[in-house]
Parts: sequence; structure tokens; C-alpha cells
Amino acid sequence: MSATFQLDGEDIPFTPGQTIMQAAKAAGVYIPHLCWHPDFPAHGSCKLCTVKLIDAHGGRFGSSCTMEAQAGMSIENRTAELDDKRRTLLQMFFVEGNHFCPSCEKSGNCVLQATAYELKMMSPHFDMFYPDRPVDASHPDVLLDFNRCIMCSLCVTASRDVDRKNVFAMGGRGILGRKIHINSESGRLADTDFAVTDRAANICPVGVILTKRKGFAVPIGERRYDKAPISEQVKEPTA
Amino acid sequence: MNAPMNAAPVATKKLKVATTSLAGCFGCHMSFLDIDERILKLLELVEFDRSPITDIKHCGPCDLGLIEGGLCNAENVHVLREFRSHCKILVAVGACAINGGLPAQRNHLDLRDILEEVYQTEAGVSHGHIPNDPELPLPLNKVHPIHEVVKVDYFLPGCPPPADAIWKLLTDLLAGRTPTLGHGLMHYD
Ligand code: SF4
Ligand code: SF4
Ligand code: FES
Repeated sequence: MSATFQLDGEDIPFTPGQTIMQAAKAAGVYIPHLCWHPDFPAHGSCKLCTVKLIDAHGGRFGSSCTMEAQAGMSIENRTAELDDKRRTLLQMFFVEGNHFCPSCEKSGNCVLQATAYELKMMSPHFDMFYPDRPVDASHPDVLLDFNRCIMCSLCVTASRDVDRKNVFAMGGRGILGRKIHINSESGRLADTDFAVTDRAANICPVGVILTKRKGFAVPIGERRYDKAPISEQVKEPTA
Repeated sequence: MNAPMNAAPVATKKLKVATTSLAGCFGCHMSFLDIDERILKLLELVEFDRSPITDIKHCGPCDLGLIEGGLCNAENVHVLREFRSHCKILVAVGACAINGGLPAQRNHLDLRDILEEVYQTEAGVSHGHIPNDPELPLPLNKVHPIHEVVKVDYFLPGCPPPADAIWKLLTDLLAGRTPTLGHGLMHYD
């Protein structure tokens, strides 16, 4: 009999060292997240996965992708309080980039969009930033549309730790200054050894890193999140 | 979203509905017409005020206003304000009303550069000058979604929102319920 903790009142088994997120995923329970990916160490930056640990003093918030599970913990996940905060975070993601879903190749398969549907985000709520983020179309096989970047850092990790190429780096300050940089003297993807077969070419949860000549391949209605909400696909493999 | 219901359900009298397309493509209105024969049922419950359907030029007091499109010129702003001051409930319909949509993809460019590119650099029918007839509304520097200018009560995403989503919104409002869209009706594209 393995140890358990409670997530929204449900017993979730875990093995020592697992995070709340890992144990929930293994149990098929959805915790909203953007920057976490099962194949990589947690980055802990998006805060969508914030849960509430109920303790003697009331409760405190923490990132479920970095918080280790412990026996007997009582955790709140899909409460109105938490989902309201998550929706606000999503609205900030949407206004600080340029997310024009109707013309985005990732639409229907996008984790940001599917999470926004799940959390019933009806509007961006805040004023739009409309930042100027140039596209890098220099590479023969891959397009980079930074308008949609959510700074999850998965491309940085995948390129560094799996591909051993270090093509991407995050740098700069402030909402408009911080961005993904390409590790070549020209700053262009074409001048790196990046390849379409790289792990990093297939890791982006949104529509930044796109394989050329492959867009809009699956008809509307048959894309991943057309078929079922993201919360019902916890057991499906993550791209 | 996050907006309280601000009109009590009205069952006896026909509700007045106004609709308009600002910086939109009329796609949302076309999708509205895609409710097909349900429009006959709708006409038993509502009466159209200002709308492309009636060609009434200014709206009077209305229960519901549906706004397609964002704001790309001064006239859009005037029309939006007219709708807000006359409609008890205002709904942003479609991607352009909600986040600027496709027209807002000009926002990282300088307006003068765009006008020069279109009317002076490119070969075309404009004989090399930027149109400046006083009848033409002045373009805004940037395209804006409508919630940046007036209070919006409900948002109906989609490009366009499917007819079934529009129907769901209307029937929810007519029944005095807060409109909700389930999986399949909620789309940003
Ligand atoms: S990345 Fe996702 S949310 Fe952004 S425009 Fe593309 S589909 Fe929409
Ligand atoms: S490009 Fe994609 S994978 Fe890389 S940080 Fe941006 S959103 Fe994440
Ligand atoms: S998923 Fe935990 S912080 Fe992003």
C-alpha cells in the first residue's frame, strides 16, 4: 500500500520524490499547467499549476510542479478560487503576446488555447500589448513565430539537455524585453545546427516552433483539443 | 466573463436587439444567419433595431446589442459608444471584437508606413495619393478590442463563433440565464 495525499478530496498515491503534478498525472487527474512537461525537470515559471496546501494555519499557495508530495497532505486544485487566479494568469499571457488563433498553425493543438478553454477564458480582460516580435523564417525547415512565445523555456531545456546543441537561450528583462534568443552570431536560426528532427523542434506547447510546409494539416473538428478538453486527456502522451 | 447579469429576464414583451459590424468582415453576421430556420423562432421573441438586417441607421433603446469587429477608425468608436449607451446588455461577438483579431495584425507597423505602402508604393487604383476625403473616417493608430473603450457584459469567442454558439448565447439571455458555452462551442478560431 503506497502513501497517499488528498487532491480535491480524492486519494492520490505517490512514490517518494514525486511532485504533486507527477503523482496527479499518473493518477489521471488534471492540474492546469503550461511550462511543465513530463519528460523534463520542472521550470516552475508559469504558475498555472498553483495549488493550495491546506494546513493548520489555513492554506498556502505553491506550484504543484515543484512541490514534493507527502503523505497526508490535503491539496486544493480545481476550486473557484484557484481557477479564477489561473484565468487571470492566462489573460496576462494572452495580452502580452500576439495570439491570433484563427491564423495560427497550432490552433486546436495548442496547450495555451486548450487551457484557456478549460478555464473558460472568454476575453483577454486587460488592455492588449501588441508587442513587436519579429518572425524568424530563415531556417529551411522550421519557422519561429515569437509572437506566441510564453517563455516556458522547454525549447531551451530540450535543445541543451537532449539535443546537446544549446540553440535557444532566454534573456533580457521586463515583460517586453525578456525573450528567447537564438545562439548564433547573426541571431538567426538558419545559422545554427538546429534540425527539424531535434527534440526542441517538437516541444513547443504553443505555435512558435513550427515545421514548415505542414501547417493546418488536420481539419477543424479533428484536432487534438477539438475532440476532448485538455482535462480529459491527462493519460494521453504529451507531444 | 466576470460580469454580473444586469437585466432581469423578460418574457412577455419582445426584446429589442441591435447588431453591427465595426472592424470586422461580416463573418460573424453570416454565422448568425447560419442559425437557419431558428431565426423564425427568434423573431417571435425579439425585434431588430439597428442592424444590417433592418438597415436602421441609429439604434434606439435596446435590450441587447451584438458587436462584431474591433475598432480601427473613429467612426467605429462612435458607433460602439452609441450601442453602449442604448443597450442594456452588450456582447462582444467574435475574435476581432474581443482581441482586435486579424485587423490588429497591423498594430506593430506604423500607420503612415502602411498607408504609403498601400497607396503610393504599390501599383493600384489610387493614382499615388492617400485618400483624404472628409467623408472617410480617420483610421486609429492601432486597432483595439471593444472592451478597451466601453464596458462589455459578455464575450462570445470564435472566428466566427459557430451558429450554435450564437444560438446558445441568445437562448440563454432570453431565458434570463448567464450564457455559457461548453466544449465544442468554445473556440478562438
Ligand atoms: S499559440 Fe495557441 S493561443 Fe497563441 S495564437 Fe496559436 S493557437 Fe492561439
Ligand atoms: S519558443 Fe515555445 S518552447 Fe520555447 S520558450 Fe517559447 S513557448 Fe516555450
Ligand atoms: S507548470 Fe508549474 S509553474 Fe508552470
